[in-house]
Amino acid sequence: MFIFRLILKNALRHKLRTFLTILGICIAVTAFGFLRTIVTAWSAGVEMSSVTRMITRHKVSFIMPLPKSYREKIQTIADVDQVTYANWFGGLYKDPNDWKNFFPRMAVDPETYFDIYPEFVLSEKELADFRKERNACIVGTKIAKEHGFKIGDIVSMDGDIYPGKWDFVVRGIYKGKDETWDETQMLFQWDYLNERITQQQPTRQGNVGWYVLRVKDQNAMPAVAREVDELFSNSRAGTKTETEKEFQQSFVSMSSAIITSLEAISYIIIGIILLILANTIAMAARERTREYAVLKTLGFSSVHIVGLIAGESLLLACLGGALGLVLTFPISAGFAKLFPTFFPIFNVEDITIILAVSVALLAGIIAATFPTSATLRTKIADGLRQIG
Amino acid sequence: MIVPLKYIWRSLWTRRLTTVLTLGGIALVAFVFAAVLMLAHGLEETLIETGSEDNVIALRRSATSELVSQIERDGANVLLSQPEIAIGQGGKSFASTETYIIINLGKKETNDMGNIVVRGISPQAIDLRPQLKITDGRMFEFGKDEIIVGKSINAKFAGADIGQRIKFGDDWWTVVGVFEAAGTAFESEIWGDVEQFMPAFGRPVFSTVTARLKGKNGFAALKSRMENDPRTQYIDLKIERAYYQEQSKLMSDFIKILGLIVTIIFSIGAVIGAAITMYAAVANRTREIGTFRALGFSRPSVYLAFLVESIFIAIIGGSVGIALASLMSFFSFSTTNFSSFSELAFGFRMSPDIIIGTLIFSLVMGIFGGFFPAVRATRLKVIDSLRAAS
Amino acid sequence: MAGNGFVQVDKVSKSYQRDAIKVEVLTNISLTVPEGEFLALMGPSGSGKTTLLNLIAGIDRPDQGSVVVNKVDIDGLGESALAKWRANNVGFIFQFYNLMPVLTAYENVELPLLLTRLSKKEKMEHVETALKLVGLADRIHHYPRQLSGGQEQRVAIARALVTDPALIVADEPTGDLDKVSAEEIMTLLERLNKEFKKTIVMVTHDPRAAEKAHKVMHLDKGELTKG
Repeated sequence: MFIFRLILKNALRHKLRTFLTILGICIAVTAFGFLRTIVTAWSAGVEMSSVTRMITRHKVSFIMPLPKSYREKIQTIADVDQVTYANWFGGLYKDPNDWKNFFPRMAVDPETYFDIYPEFVLSEKELADFRKERNACIVGTKIAKEHGFKIGDIVSMDGDIYPGKWDFVVRGIYKGKDETWDETQMLFQWDYLNERITQQQPTRQGNVGWYVLRVKDQNAMPAVAREVDELFSNSRAGTKTETEKEFQQSFVSMSSAIITSLEAISYIIIGIILLILANTIAMAARERTREYAVLKTLGFSSVHIVGLIAGESLLLACLGGALGLVLTFPISAGFAKLFPTFFPIFNVEDITIILAVSVALLAGIIAATFPTSATLRTKIADGLRQIG
Repeated sequence: MIVPLKYIWRSLWTRRLTTVLTLGGIALVAFVFAAVLMLAHGLEETLIETGSEDNVIALRRSATSELVSQIERDGANVLLSQPEIAIGQGGKSFASTETYIIINLGKKETNDMGNIVVRGISPQAIDLRPQLKITDGRMFEFGKDEIIVGKSINAKFAGADIGQRIKFGDDWWTVVGVFEAAGTAFESEIWGDVEQFMPAFGRPVFSTVTARLKGKNGFAALKSRMENDPRTQYIDLKIERAYYQEQSKLMSDFIKILGLIVTIIFSIGAVIGAAITMYAAVANRTREIGTFRALGFSRPSVYLAFLVESIFIAIIGGSVGIALASLMSFFSFSTTNFSSFSELAFGFRMSPDIIIGTLIFSLVMGIFGGFFPAVRATRLKVIDSLRAAS
Repeated sequence: MAGNGFVQVDKVSKSYQRDAIKVEVLTNISLTVPEGEFLALMGPSGSGKTTLLNLIAGIDRPDQGSVVVNKVDIDGLGESALAKWRANNVGFIFQFYNLMPVLTAYENVELPLLLTRLSKKEKMEHVETALKLVGLADRIHHYPRQLSGGQEQRVAIARALVTDPALIVADEPTGDLDKVSAEEIMTLLERLNKEFKKTIVMVTHDPRAAEKAHKVMHLDKGELTKG
């Protein structure tokens, strides 16, 4: 199509300017994609939720423990299929000021935890070994790689919530069932934790951090939540039961201000894309005012002229956008490698891609509006008079 | 001869649209740069001011925050009997044994819950923190189920008005007052009687002890004596201000790093925009440049003229960005502090350093944007320039 | 209708707004151009020659009065109809050639044909004919910057002819050319008029260019006089 050839040739008139414009848009789109990926990564935990799991925690705060004795009672509820529990251990591994040394460490019930969480993929042998030894632990492939853990290694750390020196033996390395599952966790036996605590701080023994319930049927969940909380409504430690998704979401909303800020910044980036592109297109249109007037004298209509301007704008926007989108992937991958435990799941989501493409197209259209309306308003005679 | 400033200014004015667009880009970048720095600064200020140089705080060794710290009554008593601890009212040590707990409350504006710090205090806690002031209602009575709430909690969370009751730890607690604490972290807390909270939460131990030192020099001796006493070996002493400084480090670093990455990317975009504009300026004024040269202006003066023009745009853009950023000080920011796992409200705070830093940053952007185009301007031969179409 | 010329301008007035000042360029001008005439319009700068030319060519509209070309009342046409009319009925020649720098000579001449429904083969024939006519058959793939001033103007003339319009309008066609090239261009225009019976209205400063025309008129202070 002739018009397209003309657009292309026009764009190549000022190669340096065209190159810089595309580069600028590319960088901005990459930044946009990257920021959006951070935003979606923050909520990745929510996506990890299963539709049949629920979490029961202390009513007042997630931080406060629940008695282990609750388990039997919860299991009596009809729709509850299986119940497991865990404690957040925390602890300080090596230099606590180094990011890399922070990864989730939890005490779990070896018999039931992996049943409720089939997303941890382990060999039969590893699971059996884990159950046999009191101070055995399972680690995820990401942290095994990061810290060089191998089966048989001893991992030592200082406790903070549970004080003292702790040693664990690695007996298994798990993979996530797919790329949406966290591979940075370390899990060990709850009994190991409880035995030490019983010796050192007996008043704290026999407590779990939270319960995880598997419910037979999704639709039964609201009823189960009510029933469980009813069971313990008059006890010293009241409970709050919610779906796993709601539970994860509450963590995300804790940082909602930061997430909102990142989203806001990603919109500002759109503004920058617009400014660069609009600047270039406005310049180009102004330089060619006389040419557009000549085209009009030849009989080309306003539609044609608009097509030329908008066409060039969209061409630059799409080239820059496509390049920027392509770059988003390696940059996100690099970031994930640098900070594996901060965002255990860091993928460029489809929605991010769609947004980035839309942004580029929108920018291409908006950037052309002012030059277009200016050109449409210019009378042929005035346009011909224009110099440069 | 130096190319007249009037020429530079008028040239910018003639190409207003382009100038404004370029300026806008730089202003945007400067805004983000300054705003991020202001946020990190606001966070640091809020947390650091929370702590005093004259107070010492005792936590369990290797506890990363008050949240995971436990101090037994015996240990607390040993500490408070030390000579370096100042004496307060009624001949008792000028100290407060405290318990630090987190509860959930619903936010007013969204449907989310936030983690709020509930701090049990001793009677002298208020004097230990001189920045604290009751602004509404009254102080709670020790021995009763009464509490006071910080300004930020009162504003942002539901059910925290005077006369309302909040349920936690098995009991209902009545809000009797609202307090301000000069914008420090305490404003995001709820305070009550420690001796009421401990049994209500089933806790037999304190979280921390905060005490006033007689003199700052006493700290070193006190610390070493405590470390060598088997009854208090598990206790770690820190100057209160240093402790809060540590608490802000994680969040502050995170904000700064994220902000830096974003700003670098933005600034590349702005520099590109400036370069495009300047190249066009050179191309459009080829004949003018030739005329200047023919009149006797030297190459360096032409170079300088274009560089100055670029810097002009950048500095004006930077100033606009700073002005916009300073508007952010009307907004407060509330999120969960990574270190303490509790809600923290802080604001954007401007400082002279930030203003200067942002201007310098804008200047650098202007120089980068204008550098190569200005070089191109000087390369033109006089004769070619005069012959060129305008 | 006062007269029945091929180009009939009746009592037109035109003024412009320059910032706050209103400038009256043409007042109550009337002009009749018979078919096949070669008219030269001369006069001092600012006299409104180009404005009158623009009105005849349908690039501009009069504030008052009417312009009729080949029995069509062009000041009554809407914008898109006017554009169409221009494409089919008028050929322009400008002082500064106004070629598209990114297109070759061939492509420049082809431009007006893009608005028609001719087949590729037909378009090619028209373009080659026009370029042969102006004597540039051997330079069709050159870009404007590779051509001399005279050659550029000839490409522009070819472009003006390619749709075979009845009316040619030229605004200082030799204004930017040296003596030899100017002579060539004027000879070409003369030929277009004598051989191909094109009606030509030309604005010029150049007395030598005016010599080639049938009739010369002067426009001064809004008044049109013969001679």
